[in-house]
Amino acid sequence: MQHRYFPHTEEDVQQMLEAIGAKSLDDLYAEIPRELLLRRDLQLPIGKSEVEIRQEFTRLAKQNKPLVCFAGAGSYDHYTPSLVPYITSRSEFSTSYTPYQAEISQGTLMYIFEYQTMMANLTGMDVSNASMYDGATATAEAMMMATASVRKHNRVLLSATLPPRILDVCRTYASYHGTDINIIPAKDGITDRAALTDLLAKGDVAGVIVPQPNYYGIVEDLSGLADEVHAQKALLIVSGPASPLGVLKSPGEWGADIACGDAQSLGIPLGYGGPYIGYLCAKNALIRKMPGRIVGQTEDTEGRRAFVLTMQAREQHIRREKATSNICTAQGMMCLYVAAYLSLMGPSGLREVNDTSCKGAHYLAEALVNSGQFALTYPDQPFLNEFRLTCKAAPAAQLISRAAEAGYLAGVQDETDGLILCVTEQRTKAETDKLIQILTA
Amino acid sequence: MNNKIYGTLIFELSRPGRKGYSLPPCDINAKGLNALPANVLREEAPALPEADEQTVARHYTNMSNNNFGVDTGFYPLGSCTMKYNPKINEEMAALPAFTTLHPAQPDNTTQGALRLYYEEQQMLSEIAGLSEFTLNPYAGAHGELTGLMIIRAYHRSRGDEKRTKIIVPDSAHGTNPASAAVCGLQIVEVKSTERGTVDVEDLKPLLGDDIAGMMMTNPNTLGIFETEIPEIARLVHECGGLMYYDGANLNPMLGVCRPGDMGFDVMHINLHKTFSTPHGGGGPGDGPVGVRKGLEQFLPNPRVVRKEDDTFTLEYNDKALGSISTFLGNYGIIVRAYAYLLALGRDGFKMAGRLAVLNANYIKEKLKQHYLLPIDGLCKHEFVFDGLRPEYGGDHHDDTHVTTLDVAKRLLDLGFHAPTIYFPLLFHEALMIEPTETESKDTLDAFIAAMIQIAEEAKSNPQNVKSAPHHTPVTRLDDVKAVKDAIFTYQA
Repeated sequence: MQHRYFPHTEEDVQQMLEAIGAKSLDDLYAEIPRELLLRRDLQLPIGKSEVEIRQEFTRLAKQNKPLVCFAGAGSYDHYTPSLVPYITSRSEFSTSYTPYQAEISQGTLMYIFEYQTMMANLTGMDVSNASMYDGATATAEAMMMATASVRKHNRVLLSATLPPRILDVCRTYASYHGTDINIIPAKDGITDRAALTDLLAKGDVAGVIVPQPNYYGIVEDLSGLADEVHAQKALLIVSGPASPLGVLKSPGEWGADIACGDAQSLGIPLGYGGPYIGYLCAKNALIRKMPGRIVGQTEDTEGRRAFVLTMQAREQHIRREKATSNICTAQGMMCLYVAAYLSLMGPSGLREVNDTSCKGAHYLAEALVNSGQFALTYPDQPFLNEFRLTCKAAPAAQLISRAAEAGYLAGVQDETDGLILCVTEQRTKAETDKLIQILTA
Repeated sequence: MNNKIYGTLIFELSRPGRKGYSLPPCDINAKGLNALPANVLREEAPALPEADEQTVARHYTNMSNNNFGVDTGFYPLGSCTMKYNPKINEEMAALPAFTTLHPAQPDNTTQGALRLYYEEQQMLSEIAGLSEFTLNPYAGAHGELTGLMIIRAYHRSRGDEKRTKIIVPDSAHGTNPASAAVCGLQIVEVKSTERGTVDVEDLKPLLGDDIAGMMMTNPNTLGIFETEIPEIARLVHECGGLMYYDGANLNPMLGVCRPGDMGFDVMHINLHKTFSTPHGGGGPGDGPVGVRKGLEQFLPNPRVVRKEDDTFTLEYNDKALGSISTFLGNYGIIVRAYAYLLALGRDGFKMAGRLAVLNANYIKEKLKQHYLLPIDGLCKHEFVFDGLRPEYGGDHHDDTHVTTLDVAKRLLDLGFHAPTIYFPLLFHEALMIEPTETESKDTLDAFIAAMIQIAEEAKSNPQNVKSAPHHTPVTRLDDVKAVKDAIFTYQA
């Protein structure tokens, strides 16, 4: 049979079989015990044409209902410049693999080097790796990096104000890896510093992980935290979405040793949760404990600047069972997404995006509170583009489904019936007013 | 690909005051950034480039011209299955009805997305001969880790805490032992026979009540089918362990022989290898994990389940190993693979593996007079040469011989991506070739001619091979300098 993805003609197949000395394609499997062979067709539909594939996807697409998005919780509906997906769809980039052959992979290596520079600058760290899967796994890797870096310490403290999905993934990794975890309780919507001090006093802590901004959208004041953590020989890890790094005091300025999180907020589409990209940045002293790929600068034999994968002695394919991470790839295409986005937006664009989002969120919060049907759960805490409401008139779940029917995603419900809403620069005043009307009807 | 280097970084094109974006004017009068406490805000703007739109467009276009992808030319990278990436996959993944969905949307607004996920895991289950798949793991290595967690969760659920060892062949990819270590398992290595397959006699004494399971790939990293797999699976099951299948080499088995039927209990698939999604310069891929009947409850949260009324929902359960991803994996990659599953169908899958095996054996037979074939006989999707034959490349123990690295670099000059080199570790000069089924005989013949040309050159003009590449955007790079200088970010 002839399929559009297979170039072989009947004649090709015959000539090739002859060269091999086989009579039929099935002869090529002659060594396999007969009882293992599947002697029937797979129970799948027959192969489809492009016309039929489009029809099938149209059918599925009709069963999806995109909503006007007022939710964040790890996935942010920020603006994507038109040029970004255009660049990332260039197949010279997208159909290549890990740049093992540097001489014909300078495109990939250069954009990863640019990405590393941008993320290091945003986080105030010395170095970034070539990216991780997502924010949750990046945070889990940071956790394992801490226990690998601090000798004889195997306990990591995680703030209860981290997003639940990040906490879940960290718990899973810790449970199998053999890392001890303690959750630092929350107080007034932020990390309880007194409780943290008590937990640190146990003396075997390798790392402390705090969010910025936290799950409730609150920007936590991390003053003095790094000194306290470092006094116990532990590492301070700050985990958060990337876009706010453009305006908030950076993890480096707070004195953190590792910064990690998800960079989806840098213009990557919501995409039903992926692909996103985890970032992981650290101080120079920790580079040998960093997981993942790292691109470095060097020269070719003619002295021209060029880039290669480097510091590979850290990685799984060299260290095998002594590795502290099994990561072998980077989210290459998403690094390019981030690099192109930040090239276009620059420092002023990132500020404008955050400022507009911040204004929209405060406008929405104020209007809902003024309605008398909602209260800000933590009225004294500063927030950026996301905030938690206590619902007084109706349960959060009921409000969310009411809004969905009207075509709006009214935030996410948290574990104790709070409503966490988010506004980005893509929301118009008219949309926001409409949401207010729906939620206060 | 352009063979002139475009070496400028975006930071070097940046000029203060330029911008490459536009946003609508903000018509909301409310508290902005200035209302936040000063001590939580940045004092200085971050050092990011400032550039107009065309500058950015040209910059990345020029950069792409220094890159080689599957669309540029033949990419026979062993164990990576660099098959053609159909463009209909991209078109479907870009549909707004999928790209604009927020993962927290109510189930009744995402039925199409959930149905696609469910249908895909069912199709993969049929292809693999297993019961159910999770598509949540983000990559092959992540799938391995997830699969090993399932194995541990299974033993733990039976109160069997002492099974802390996992058996891994010495020919395995480095990721296998690394995944096991991250999962808190100790590695026990089993030796290979002279034919590169698992030595069953060496395996037997390793088995006991401390064995959680065994990881294998079949065909193995040499492209050889492990014919003793039924016996191996029987022995491991008899001692109470589970069999894990590393799906890196699934491609040649499509529609011919299924991991579930070989006796495997848990496996991962690489959608970016076997199911044609683009490798993206390293990622994103996706690493679905499948299990045999009886192990479904241990799959990670959330699971997509079909309800009695033929609608779909997300399920979280306590017996699950936990969560390993923020949501449902690299969903956009899952969409691409679904388009491929539809395009191939049962008739296409019947041919894909067979043609991949045909292509690999054809190259092997045509080149074994010039390159050393340590293990003769039928291979599956790939095979390994141990460098040039001594009459072409010189004695392997002689420092002046033409190495596998030299051959790889010379291939770049001739318009081909290099095979995987120096893996597996069983041979000093390993050159691992995997052509995939989407390459024509014409392409293979051109590659064969190039490989023979290099062998002849290695004999007549070895210096030309040893100093290659000559016609690429940059020449050989100084890896040692990269480590010594340790420059990982741009400094003005």
